[in-house]
Amino acid sequence: MTGASPGDEQHAQAERLLQVWKIPTGWRYWSAVNNEAVGLWYIATSFFFFLFAGVLALLMRTQLAVPENELLSADLYGQTFTVHGSVMMFLFAIPMFEAIAVLLLPQMLGARDLPFPRLSAFGFWCFVLGGIFLCGSIFFDAAPRGGWFMYPPLTSGYQPGIGADIWLLGFSFIEVAAIAGAVEIVVGVLKCRPPGMRIHLMPLYAWYALVASAMVLFAFPPLIVGSLLLEVERAFGWPFFDPAGGGDPLLWQHLFWLFGHPEVYVIFLPSVALVAMIVPTFARRPILGYGWIVLSAIGTGFLSFGLWVHHMYTTGLPGISLGLFSAASTAVAIPTGVQFFCFLATLLMGRVTRSTPMLFVFGSLAIFVLGGLTGVMVALAPFDFQAHDTFFVVAHLHYALIGGAVFPIIAGFYYYFPLVSGKMLSDRLGKLAFWLMFIGFNVGFLPMHFTGLRGMPRRVYTYPAGLGFDGLNLVSTIGTFILGAGVAVLVWDLVRPRSRQPPAPRDPWSAGTLEWVQEMPGKPWGIRSIPQVDSRYPLWDQPNLVHDIDAGRFYLPDAEEGLRETLVTSAVDARPVLCQRLPGSSFLALAAALTTGGFFIFGTFHWWRPAVASLGAALAVILFWLWTGTARRPEKDEKDVGSGLKLPLYASGPASIGWWGMFITMLADLTAFVSLVFGYFFFWTIHDEFPPTPNPGPGVFWPGAAAAALLTSWGATVLARRWNRRDRAFGCHAALLGGAGVATAGGAALIAGPVVTGLDPASHAYPATVWLLVLWTATHVAIGVVMQLYCCARRLVGHMTAQHDADIHNVVLYWHFTILTVVITVAVIAGFPLLA
Amino acid sequence: MTTEHQEQRESLWILTAAPAIWLSHFLLSYITGAIWCAKFAGSDGSLGAVRVAMAVYTSVALGGLALIGWRGRRRTSASPRGEAGASDRFLGHASLLLSGLAAVAILYASLVAVFIRSCR
Repeated sequence: MTGASPGDEQHAQAERLLQVWKIPTGWRYWSAVNNEAVGLWYIATSFFFFLFAGVLALLMRTQLAVPENELLSADLYGQTFTVHGSVMMFLFAIPMFEAIAVLLLPQMLGARDLPFPRLSAFGFWCFVLGGIFLCGSIFFDAAPRGGWFMYPPLTSGYQPGIGADIWLLGFSFIEVAAIAGAVEIVVGVLKCRPPGMRIHLMPLYAWYALVASAMVLFAFPPLIVGSLLLEVERAFGWPFFDPAGGGDPLLWQHLFWLFGHPEVYVIFLPSVALVAMIVPTFARRPILGYGWIVLSAIGTGFLSFGLWVHHMYTTGLPGISLGLFSAASTAVAIPTGVQFFCFLATLLMGRVTRSTPMLFVFGSLAIFVLGGLTGVMVALAPFDFQAHDTFFVVAHLHYALIGGAVFPIIAGFYYYFPLVSGKMLSDRLGKLAFWLMFIGFNVGFLPMHFTGLRGMPRRVYTYPAGLGFDGLNLVSTIGTFILGAGVAVLVWDLVRPRSRQPPAPRDPWSAGTLEWVQEMPGKPWGIRSIPQVDSRYPLWDQPNLVHDIDAGRFYLPDAEEGLRETLVTSAVDARPVLCQRLPGSSFLALAAALTTGGFFIFGTFHWWRPAVASLGAALAVILFWLWTGTARRPEKDEKDVGSGLKLPLYASGPASIGWWGMFITMLADLTAFVSLVFGYFFFWTIHDEFPPTPNPGPGVFWPGAAAAALLTSWGATVLARRWNRRDRAFGCHAALLGGAGVATAGGAALIAGPVVTGLDPASHAYPATVWLLVLWTATHVAIGVVMQLYCCARRLVGHMTAQHDADIHNVVLYWHFTILTVVITVAVIAGFPLLA
Repeated sequence: MTTEHQEQRESLWILTAAPAIWLSHFLLSYITGAIWCAKFAGSDGSLGAVRVAMAVYTSVALGGLALIGWRGRRRTSASPRGEAGASDRFLGHASLLLSGLAAVAILYASLVAVFIRSCR
């Protein structure tokens, strides 16, 4: 069908594909879910937030240029550095990684799109909404002012305005979006590669994106839990961080940095991934040490979870704790160094051609190495005791993040711009931007090391003259304005009119990786036909590849049924296993983001009724989304995807991507729950008696009864799956409805425990923690009940059958995780007091 | 298809085995030290028992890593030459390298128990 197609049939196929993948026009443009559209919006928005936070940085530097300056008040300066840091971290660095991945991964993997396009769109809209909410607050003098890590008690007892609430709720909302993006990327990398692209042939970017996304799943939940605790303390007075009520502000620091340190690597790894794509292109040879780089990415990902206490060296922890974290903090330099040596070796072994992207890559390597070395210095506890909270740390983190993330991202802009717009960025302006940025950055930030070593603390809005800070600060300010000028040149290069500029040639850099098969300008279908890949650099090694792709000689060259489709392949060897139907444009993702956002935004102002109404609306929208857009029965069992290969159109359980999406989401959810349990045991270590005597509850009876009921409900759900598979409709319905009833009773029994024993959450950290564990678990049970009823309804109308049972598989998986949560909760709140 | 699927999942998980051993060793050492100093020895107390525990953790962890590294090496050498065994060789090689890195990181951490003797 494919190889022998006459020209006009090829043309008709291409027309059908174009029609199916067309990006809507007019006001419906904003309903697009294609990765090209969403990825571009995502990048543009996060870059806009970068510029906004950059302007705030210039304001701060202007304030610090001379001693005793009065341009900004102390309070406004507090808001400025808080918003600057928070926006750079949460609204630029992380979203930029996910944005670039959403835009480029499908191209690199020869996929039509990522597996959950509407989820990407949902993540984007959540991000925009939360970002505008947070940035806007500074114009109303209502921004958070506790620094980007928001330490209580400063942010709990001393800041009564809504600034801290905006931070806590706004960022929790954005973190949910970030986790959604991470699920998308993990499943995309593992399941949506082209046939033949086995695990050792994956582009390095995909490896890095996989590792960074996996890190998001384990790093973000502790912060979501920390934010939940702090917000509950602020709103309802549950004393998690207030020592007067048995709480401890150090718990916040643990939860924050359990997120905060891995986050640095979540930012760094995908940025350095761009370097790993750029270096071989300009060295004109394959990367050296592919396996070693994969080792580095995975090793760094893991080690970064053993670094969080190095932000807490001065909090009085025992020496052994400091020693352990110091050891891990120095060990992480090993894998970081390995990948840099691989890049340098590739450049030395190749014939390097000059280009603007490479200029930024060299700048990045130079700056990051300095930031890494000062990182090893502050990893050593005795040095950190001296440098802690001084400008030395400000210098270090900017060297690490601007060298490790901003320069590689700009290198990526220059390298990948033709894929986005079909035109090149200016080489001349690029060089000018680079030198302004490189010189400005070093003039600005190098002196800060000395300002810090001379004793200037960070986060002070001004300083007296004559302490040795004056000249250094002035030089820093001059440098940052030069850096700002470089960014302005870059912005001009990005937005200047290009109507007279000729289109870029196809594969303008003569690169070898799959994304460069794209035509200039690109088509919304992503790739004309999905190729068989046998090499890490298919464009270099597979003759006629581009021609054959364009002629539709590979997989899925057509869209006969008028539906969006992509291939799902096996995780290691990329064998085609499924033809996955993908959803098209829809406003549902936007509606879901608006209603979810309503909950968080109304909650910030403590407008509980609209908040709850918004949550209800969000639930309704999401259910409608699931009902109409997921696990749809195909019109036939299988189809010919080209080259004589027939693939199924429906899968359930581990063979389906939805099951993996659920599995990965629940891993993140479980991590959040473990963080809560960590809070309980953290309080146990700091109190002589925890639970306090006499034992206040919740006792054993009610939690025990809850566990029995919920185990029954879990068993019923598993049985429902089995009976559905055997087409025993009555048994399936009875198990689901009975399971939902018993689960409701179990959830009520769980809540009855603290109610009956009169635990007052505002009185002490113990009842507060028990209540939160109970409410967390009960919420999961409630969602589980909705899922059971949902499956029942799907079975009733025939969307779910014995063969088409993806829904119930996913619900059973959810219940596996929920029952684990139930068992741990009951063991902790009812069992542990018996032992302690 | 099912058994193929099972094999594949296992073979990718192998990449996380060595780092997971490092993480377990790290967290166990940290939690043991923190609980010992907070609940039993007091802020000036001796670390004696913790140092013994860390020696045990380290031996077990290094033993586990040796096993993973050995299996990785065997997988690399035993896989068929050419493209057929390429992904197997890669996974074996990567798990060998990762067990090396994890072993170095574990030795770093265990040095803490050599030099620090009290909870101060």
